[in-house]
This record gives sequence, structure tokens and C-alpha cells, in this order.
Amino acid sequence: MSFEGNGTTAANAIEVRGLKRRFDRQLVLDGVDLTVPTGTITTIIGPSGCGKTVFLKHLNMLLRPDSGSITIDGIEITRLRNRGLDAVREKFGMLFQAGALFDSMSVLDNVSFPLVEKTNLAPEQINRRVHQTLAAVGLEGMGAKFPSELSGGMQKRAALARALVTQPKILMLDEPTTGLDPTRTGSIHRLVRKTQQDFGLTAVVVSHDVPEVFSISDRVAFMHRGKMKLVGTVDELMASGDEDFKQFLAGRAAGDDLENDQVSS
Amino acid sequence: MPMVELLERLGAFILDGILALGNFVLFLFRSVLYALLPPYKPRLTLRQVRIIGAESLMLIVLISTFTGMVLGLQGYHTLHLFGAEDSLGTLVGLALVRELGPVLAALMIAARAGSAMAAELGSMQASEQIDALTVMAINPLQYLVSPRMIAGVVSFPILTVVFNVIGIWAGYLVGCRLLGASGGAYFNNLAANLTRHDIALTLYKALVFGVVVMSVCCYKGYHAKRMATGVSRATTEAVVLSSVLVLAWDYFMGSILL
Repeated sequence: MSFEGNGTTAANAIEVRGLKRRFDRQLVLDGVDLTVPTGTITTIIGPSGCGKTVFLKHLNMLLRPDSGSITIDGIEITRLRNRGLDAVREKFGMLFQAGALFDSMSVLDNVSFPLVEKTNLAPEQINRRVHQTLAAVGLEGMGAKFPSELSGGMQKRAALARALVTQPKILMLDEPTTGLDPTRTGSIHRLVRKTQQDFGLTAVVVSHDVPEVFSISDRVAFMHRGKMKLVGTVDELMASGDEDFKQFLAGRAAGDDLENDQVSS
Repeated sequence: MPMVELLERLGAFILDGILALGNFVLFLFRSVLYALLPPYKPRLTLRQVRIIGAESLMLIVLISTFTGMVLGLQGYHTLHLFGAEDSLGTLVGLALVRELGPVLAALMIAARAGSAMAAELGSMQASEQIDALTVMAINPLQYLVSPRMIAGVVSFPILTVVFNVIGIWAGYLVGCRLLGASGGAYFNNLAANLTRHDIALTLYKALVFGVVVMSVCCYKGYHAKRMATGVSRATTEAVVLSSVLVLAWDYFMGSILL
């Protein structure tokens, strides 16, 4: 599967090498390596506080690393600033853990916001695309509501619509299904899979919904103590026999996993 | 080794202070720069002029009325001791135009609009809305801070002029109509002693206070810690720091420009 979008497309949408990041005295990312092939869904799983969200926020330079390299579509981005960085960020759509909808705007304005600000589309085109996207996440007719009037799950879907509406090349989803009921979780997963197939985009998903999220994952990365301990297909991870991974799946957190809990966001 | 520890703490305190000051100057410089560079945000700016300027008007009218009335009352009784009631207009007018107008207007806008601004930006920071702008490749300083800075620079001088005019009128009302000083002398003396320099000074001060209050309140909100107490703390610090800075700048500008 390849994406024929604007510009050239590298075989690997994301390549991360030796990424390190320290907060005060705590080493949250301790040399992370990860390769995400273009047009695939890679899911990052791991105990709370192991640095998943911090890692995700490095991919579009929301946080800057202490050392290491991040290559997006063949471009090394850790030294980029201003316009160069904006050009890379425009390839991304991001769903934040808590949605991060603009609470002073209606759902409709939230979803159309990136199109109004960053594209030259005509208002009717924007309108059409916003309504299509809202329908895709099951929020048709909810456009006039404000984020505070929506349930947590609906807020998440509205935020997902905002991340999808620009038709990004790379989609980053930080816990897209946390707090949703099993039916909604399934429908969000199917939506992510369908969007990924329709647009051939690359997706990085951070999730706690194990094993449900495996159904949409081409590859899974198991993050443990600031490193990607295991990366591969679901079957490869299951066959690895890694003790930490087994413990994680069984829901038995080892005692020392809890000491990093305060840096989960 | 308590002495070494004491020195270490003192050093860390001073370094933190210098770092914060440097960050603030960069923040101010960038938000002014982005205000001058396209894409311009006329709608957002007008909205902020409404919030900071138009919606503060009633408060300014109220405060300036009472300030003028107090000046008229106290001024009359003091000048009456020397038989110098005719100078009341000069006293009220110069006190307002040179000092009280720009300072009280700035303090009131800081308390009303500045606190709201710090709280709004703080909660946007806490709920990652500012990060959401960044990942959409929209410069949050240009989108959120620059329009507020422009709105401050536009609104402060206008509100200060309103404050002065209403204050002078309220002083006349109490001093002349109520207590019996001569109305003609009030305005004649005021007109004779109020120079263009005084009016320029009031406008300079209003401009500078506009930049000080807006930049401090935006900076504090923008850098709020991501928790509920972070927002409340940012709001308090914004109002306290901008009020102190307004009074300090008022003294410096007065001593240089008077």
C-alpha cells in the first residue's frame, strides 16, 4: 500500500533513532528506536507512565528531544524551526488524550477550523467536507453544540473528526478509545482502519485497549521503561515470550512500573 | 555545609529570575513581531478590542466618576483653607491627566480584563488547546497573544482619555455645583495650566501600560502549569505583577518625562 500524496513518499513514514528525553531527573525516553512503514498502523502499548504520550509528542516536535533523530517522510526534523517545521506539522493530524477541542467554539467551528485557517478551500467545500467527516464519526447534526455540551466519548469523536478533516498523511491518536463503551470502541477502531485504507495514511496509535486494538494494528510496539522493548506484528509479539510483555497482558503490573506514573501526560 | 547550600539556593534563585525575565522579553518581542507580520487577524483583534475596551467602559466610567468626585471634594476643602478655590480645576485636571487617569484605568483593566485573559489562556494551556494550535501549524502567539496586545494598545489610550474627561467633569460637579467654587475659574485655570505635554504624557503612559498589562497577563496565562491551581495561580500573579509594574513604570515615566 502506498500513498500518492503531495511530494515524495519515503518507504518509512517515521524513523526514530536513539531518542532521549529527560524531565528534571527522570529519564522518560531512554533511547527509543522505532520505524513506522508508510501506510500502516502501528500501535504503541505499555504500562501507564512509560512515556508513550511523551514519545508521541516528539514526533511533531511538540516536545523537543535531548538527543536522537526523528525522520518524517525522509526529512530529519529535530533541527527544523518555523516554516520548515510547520510544513512537517501540516502532514500530521493529532488526537489528544483529552480531545483538546476549543471550548469557545461549536463542534462545527472546531472541525472546520484547520481548513479555514490553513487551506484556500471555498466555504461550501469546507462545509461539505466537515459534514462528511462529522457523519463518518457519527456526529451528524451535532455541529451546533459546544464541547461542554457533549459527553466524553462524543468529545473524543469530535476531536477525531478535527484530526481527520485535513486528510493528513500521518495520523497520531493518543488513546482514541479510552472512556468509550465497547460498541463505540469497536466503531472507532473500524473508522480508523477504514480511513487508513481509504487514504492510505500512516497511523500511530497509543492505546490501552489491549487486545481489542490488535485487530487494527499492522505492527505493535511494546514500550517499557523508556524503550521500545518489542516491535513486530501481533503474532511475533505473542510468540516472543517476553516476561514484561506477558505480565502487561495479564494485567499484573510489576511493582517498579508504578514509580514512573506521574509523567503519563 | 549550610553556607554552601545557602549560596547555592541564592544562585538558583537569581538564575531562575534572569531566566524568567529573558523568557518574558522573548515572549514580548515575538508577540509584537507576529502582530506586524501576516497573516493578520483583524476579526480576532476586533473581538479583543470589544472584550478589553468596550466591555470595560462602564467600569471606567464608574471609577472615574468617583475619583473625580473625591478629588473635587478634598481639593475644595484644602484649597479653601488658603482661599485658593479657583485653582481647583488645575488640581483635579493635572492630577488626573498626569497620574491618576492612566494609572487607575490600567489597574482597573488589569483587574477586569487582564485576570480574565490570564485565566482563559491558562485553561487553554491546561487542556492542551494551545498544543492543538501548534500541531495544526498555527502559531499560538500570533493567534492568541498578538491580537490581545494590539487590542490593549488601542483600548488603553481611549479608556484613559474617557477616564480623564469624566473625572474632570465629576470634580467640577462636586467642587463647583455642590460646594460652590467658581465654574468659570475651574475650567479657565485648567485650560491655562494643562499643556500639550501633559496630554502627550497621559497617552504615552496609557500606551506603555497597555503593553505592560497585556503582555504580563498573556505571559502568565500562557505559561500556567497544567493543573487547576496552575490557572488560579497564573491569574493572581498576572494581576499582582501587572499592577506593581504599572505603578513602577508610572514613577519612571513621570520622573523622565515630566
